Amino acid sequence: MARTIDFTVNGRRESVEADPRTPLLTVLRNDLGQHGPKFGCGLGQCGACTVHMDGVAIRSCATPVSSARGTHITTLEGLAGAGTLHAVQQAFIDEQAAQCGYCINGWIMTAAALLASNPHASEQEIRRGLSGLKCRCGTHMSILRAVRLAQARLGTARTA
Amino acid sequence: MEDYVVTQRGLTRRDFLRSGGALVVSFALPGCVSSVAPATAGAPFPAAGGVWPAKIDAASLDSWLAIGADGGVTACVGKIEAGMGIGTAFTQIVAEELDVPLERVTIVMGDTATTPDQRGTGSSNGIMTGGAALRRAGAEGRAALLELASKRLRVPVAELAVRDGVVFVAADPAKRVAYGELVGGQRFDVKVSEKPKVKNPRDYRVVGQPVPRLDIPPKVRGEYRYVADLVVPGMLHARVIRPPEAGAQLVRVDESQRLPGLLKVVHQGNFVAVVCEREEQAVEAARALHVEWSKPAPMYWTGYDALFEHLRSAKPKVTKADAGNRGDVEAALAGAARVVEARYDYPFQSHASMGPACAVADVREGGAIVWSGGQKPYPLRHALAELLQLPAEKVRVIWMPGPGSYGMNDADDCAADCALVARAMGKPVRLQYMRHDATGWDPKGPPATFRMRAALDASHAVRAWDCEARGFSGDIRPSGTDVAGDTLAGQLTGRKAKSKDAPQFPEEGYDFPAKRKVSHLLPWDHSLGTGLRTAHLRDPDGMATCFASESFADEVAYAMGVDPVEFRLRHLGDPAHAAVVKAAAEKAGWRSHTAPRAPRGRVVRGQGLAYAPRHGSLVAVVADLEVDRATGGFRVTRFTVAHDCGFVINPLNLRGTIEANLMQAMSRAKHEAVRFDGTRVLSVDWLTYPIIDVTEAPDVVDIVLVNNVAGAKPVGAGEPTTRPVAAAIANALHDALGVRVRRVPFTPESVLAAIRA
Repeated sequence: MARTIDFTVNGRRESVEADPRTPLLTVLRNDLGQHGPKFGCGLGQCGACTVHMDGVAIRSCATPVSSARGTHITTLEGLAGAGTLHAVQQAFIDEQAAQCGYCINGWIMTAAALLASNPHASEQEIRRGLSGLKCRCGTHMSILRAVRLAQARLGTARTA
Repeated sequence: MEDYVVTQRGLTRRDFLRSGGALVVSFALPGCVSSVAPATAGAPFPAAGGVWPAKIDAASLDSWLAIGADGGVTACVGKIEAGMGIGTAFTQIVAEELDVPLERVTIVMGDTATTPDQRGTGSSNGIMTGGAALRRAGAEGRAALLELASKRLRVPVAELAVRDGVVFVAADPAKRVAYGELVGGQRFDVKVSEKPKVKNPRDYRVVGQPVPRLDIPPKVRGEYRYVADLVVPGMLHARVIRPPEAGAQLVRVDESQRLPGLLKVVHQGNFVAVVCEREEQAVEAARALHVEWSKPAPMYWTGYDALFEHLRSAKPKVTKADAGNRGDVEAALAGAARVVEARYDYPFQSHASMGPACAVADVREGGAIVWSGGQKPYPLRHALAELLQLPAEKVRVIWMPGPGSYGMNDADDCAADCALVARAMGKPVRLQYMRHDATGWDPKGPPATFRMRAALDASHAVRAWDCEARGFSGDIRPSGTDVAGDTLAGQLTGRKAKSKDAPQFPEEGYDFPAKRKVSHLLPWDHSLGTGLRTAHLRDPDGMATCFASESFADEVAYAMGVDPVEFRLRHLGDPAHAAVVKAAAEKAGWRSHTAPRAPRGRVVRGQGLAYAPRHGSLVAVVADLEVDRATGGFRVTRFTVAHDCGFVINPLNLRGTIEANLMQAMSRAKHEAVRFDGTRVLSVDWLTYPIIDVTEAPDVVDIVLVNNVAGAKPVGAGEPTTRPVAAAIANALHDALGVRVRRVPFTPESVLAAIRA
């Protein structure tokens, strides 16, 4: 049975009518026009659907929309500030870190959350923190370079 | 219905030819300008009722471009962007020949109604064929604009120069006119001559430069539109239901079952789909619908041992011999002082694209539009016309970016399924597969087994080289979707695939006195319509054949007591082949050896090299790795690649493409084999079909570009690096452990088994 569920997406209050069991991903994409998060597996195994829920990276394909009630969701479309990209996004451009790009939402959103919670993550912590995300095209080398670059820039920004 | 155009910057409304004025370059009469452009550009299509030209023939009309009154350039090409940056490379080529800024160029790809039929992307030929056509069209456009400028400025062409789309008098730059002004509101049709005067590569300013990819900023902002993101007003949502076992026949489907949002159960033969108002309803309905299937006899084997035994022993349908075979191999083997022999096995592998395939289709009385993410929209159009029983003129396929494409994945199957469902509904339908439909049912990269033999004489010289490949017939391994029977929907409704028998020969350049390669192709037609039917997967058969051939080259080198690099340099007659081997070995700091290292301690290191030619490209790869002898697990710490694809259009893109080939091929070598039992494919998600994880990425990838000079013909780079990776890793494992792994994938269990054997 459809219910009304209220939450915030990229700073905007939304109210949707949906079966509460509907994956958050489906509602974001089909009802709220957010196409950054992608359907990759529907099983929480690949991370292509990653969004931030109250600042935490979650897999929206395996999260029922009902559990988004009252939360603040950020999608890839909402990650950038006004007029400026998030440091992770800019680093992905600078390191050319995408092939087909279908998975790239998951890497950017996970890396942004990782660097926010652990700004001084070591190489091993970065790799472990991104472990479990899939990239079928094999973009891993440039993704790692991009995350390191973003980390360095964020560090510079903090100390400046 | 809106009229769409897909560019590398995303999906836009088609309006580039609506403004009257344009200078249009085509390769032949009547061309798409006179016949296509007015029909497609003049007015929006009637709802899915357009009539499109039967063929925009690549042979007579390789490509075309239009320069608008605003100075913008639109170029059309019969290729698609598979995520390696070819759209950016095409933009560079057009900008270079026309002398316009990159941002003025828009590339349109993969729409069968507006772009020339170059079949699509495949075999890493995008730059070779698509790029060459655009280059010629650009050169002709520039020449025509110079003629116009010469008349306008009353100065001979020879005294004119062009910069950023502005023609000026070289001696008096104040006398100038922009391309847009030259075109004005008029229409000029220009035909490309036999030999248009293209630029000398030595004068390139944009081609050859590391231009950042144009598709990456929209991708990282979440603005790039994939076919899965397309929303057509009023579209319904569909999901498919596949037979639970290979060969199962549909017995009964409950069409009266009431499920939330369920509008229709569409079925024909063994094809079953549900259509709902909302996507989550379709997902649920596909799960909940009562469908009864027959219980088939097992069609598959109990596992890989049984499969390879079958491949080794079954009677071939056809046996092919390589054109380069020479000498008397049998006599050399009979008279050899020593025969080196080994068998190598390569499994079924899945494309396992990042997202399950998606398509949107609108099929009505007047015609069909199908949006698809597949690599080859042009043949697909004809297959869909056959499936829908419509003339080709009534079918338009519009390519949109898919979730990764490495050959013939599930995209075309999805397009065909979606077209069948949309026809039944009479409304636009969006169909996306679930993960289990994608991994479980995509056409698989085929398995093969190889028996390699070499005859050595008393002085340890190679007298003969023998390769016997055994795999499934090319008739069930199509390279593209040419007929309805090449799609799952076609097969589930009783059609057969059609392609030619492609032999599985290793490509290498070794000079031995006698050489023989034969390929036995076995029939397995009854696999059609099941999750183990096969099709092209990145560098079709190349990883398998090179794994056998280049692993064996090392085995023979060791048998001769020769360093593996020295072995190759000694026997590669063509200096271009030797050059990549030498370059990779030098860059990697090759540690010359004639026997594997004696393993000491738990973690040991190894280094291995393999090389491969591929359709004119040449690659050598060195893998450095660390193996844990207690677990059998290993990590490649460094890859070194020497790569010769001639003159490089964009070295930045090429680096990304080479690295991605390495990672994907390493994934296939380390992890990937489709699991199955007697009747089912058991690999249905990322747990049952594991791929590489970022924790396994090497510390370093070093790349040496060989032969990257202005005069060298650009050849393919999309696949060649994939080819030698499995062999390079196997050779490095042997160096580290002193044992051979002769079957892909090199899982910890198989490495451990080799250590303990």
